[in-house]
Amino acid sequence: MSWLMPFRRRKTASVARERLQILLTHERGAEAHSDLIPILREEVLAAVAKHVPVDVDKVQIKIERGKAVSLLEIDIEIPCDAELAATRRRDRAPRATRAQRVAV
Amino acid sequence: MAQVVVVTSGKGGVGKTTTTAALGASLAQSGQRVAVVDFDVGLRNLDLVMGAERRVVYDLIYVSQGTVKLSQALIRDKRLETLFLLAASQTRDKDALTDDGVAKVMRELRESFDWIICDSPAGIERGATLAMRHADVAVVVTNPEVSSVRDSDRIVGLLDSKTDKAARGERIEKHLLLTRYDPVRAGRGDMLNVDDVIDILSLPLLGIIPESEEVLRASNLGSPVPISSPKSGPARAYSDAARRLMGEDVPMVFPTDRNGLFSKIFGRRAA
Repeated sequence: MSWLMPFRRRKTASVARERLQILLTHERGAEAHSDLIPILREEVLAAVAKHVPVDVDKVQIKIERGKAVSLLEIDIEIPCDAELAATRRRDRAPRATRAQRVAV
Repeated sequence: MAQVVVVTSGKGGVGKTTTTAALGASLAQSGQRVAVVDFDVGLRNLDLVMGAERRVVYDLIYVSQGTVKLSQALIRDKRLETLFLLAASQTRDKDALTDDGVAKVMRELRESFDWIICDSPAGIERGATLAMRHADVAVVVTNPEVSSVRDSDRIVGLLDSKTDKAARGERIEKHLLLTRYDPVRAGRGDMLNVDDVIDILSLPLLGIIPESEEVLRASNLGSPVPISSPKSGPARAYSDAARRLMGEDVPMVFPTDRNGLFSKIFGRRAA
């Protein structure tokens, strides 16, 4: 059936259009928020570190940009012993999860 | 009031200099007073494309440093008396062009011209940002090709952040000029078409310049295409684009496969 191939071959312009749309959505987001992620990282870390000791390397911040809503994802890993220490200190007993996920 | 236009693209070789010369010539043919300014220090070519390469004595850097008066550096076109060229320096260091120096030249040019068209160097470095700094209007020259479209998108980001207008919180007027457009290949689905590029870049369309041998002929001759071949496809397209810049409502002409069946059969083979 190889003689049918020229008719079935996908038009290259539509491939180009799709590749560009995906790439530019990503690049526009990266450009507009190039400063935002480091700033958020610093400030969120400072706020959390006031109450629980956190490891600077165990923090992940991601921004997913959608058409209607964007999702800000912050993952902070809190060591179990630190968590326990904080709980005892405040004399409360909420069993917090290992990682907190916040969506805005 | 004078309008400062920057012709920019990010990517090199898409037709910025050709476009600067052609828009300048078209505007001057309508009686407007036009200065075309080459910002490509060290790699100037606007003088060559305009056919004035042997008449350059002083350049943009001389004027920006106050060594000579603007009137001494401006070269009047031999064919159109309201068209002037301010060349870039070919030998001086790029850093000789300062922010204040350029601002001074732009202020003076605004006093004596209707249109100041700045031919930007390729890239996103200082030369490109200096060329766009004082612009009221940007013409983003784009080929229907992935790398050109991507670089244009990057330039749009710079226009919205690095221009004086953006710094004042105003929006710079941006237009898309699609060059080297081949309707046969676009129709066949082997080249991004006009709508694809408009969709991706979200810029209003200023014009579509068809791929044409007349463009190379014009630069061979050192005569902008609206002068060398005024009836040709690219000359008409540039002239329409110039009228749109002047605020006229000119219907968009989409380049078509003019020879019909003939080029359908033979054009494909040649392409």
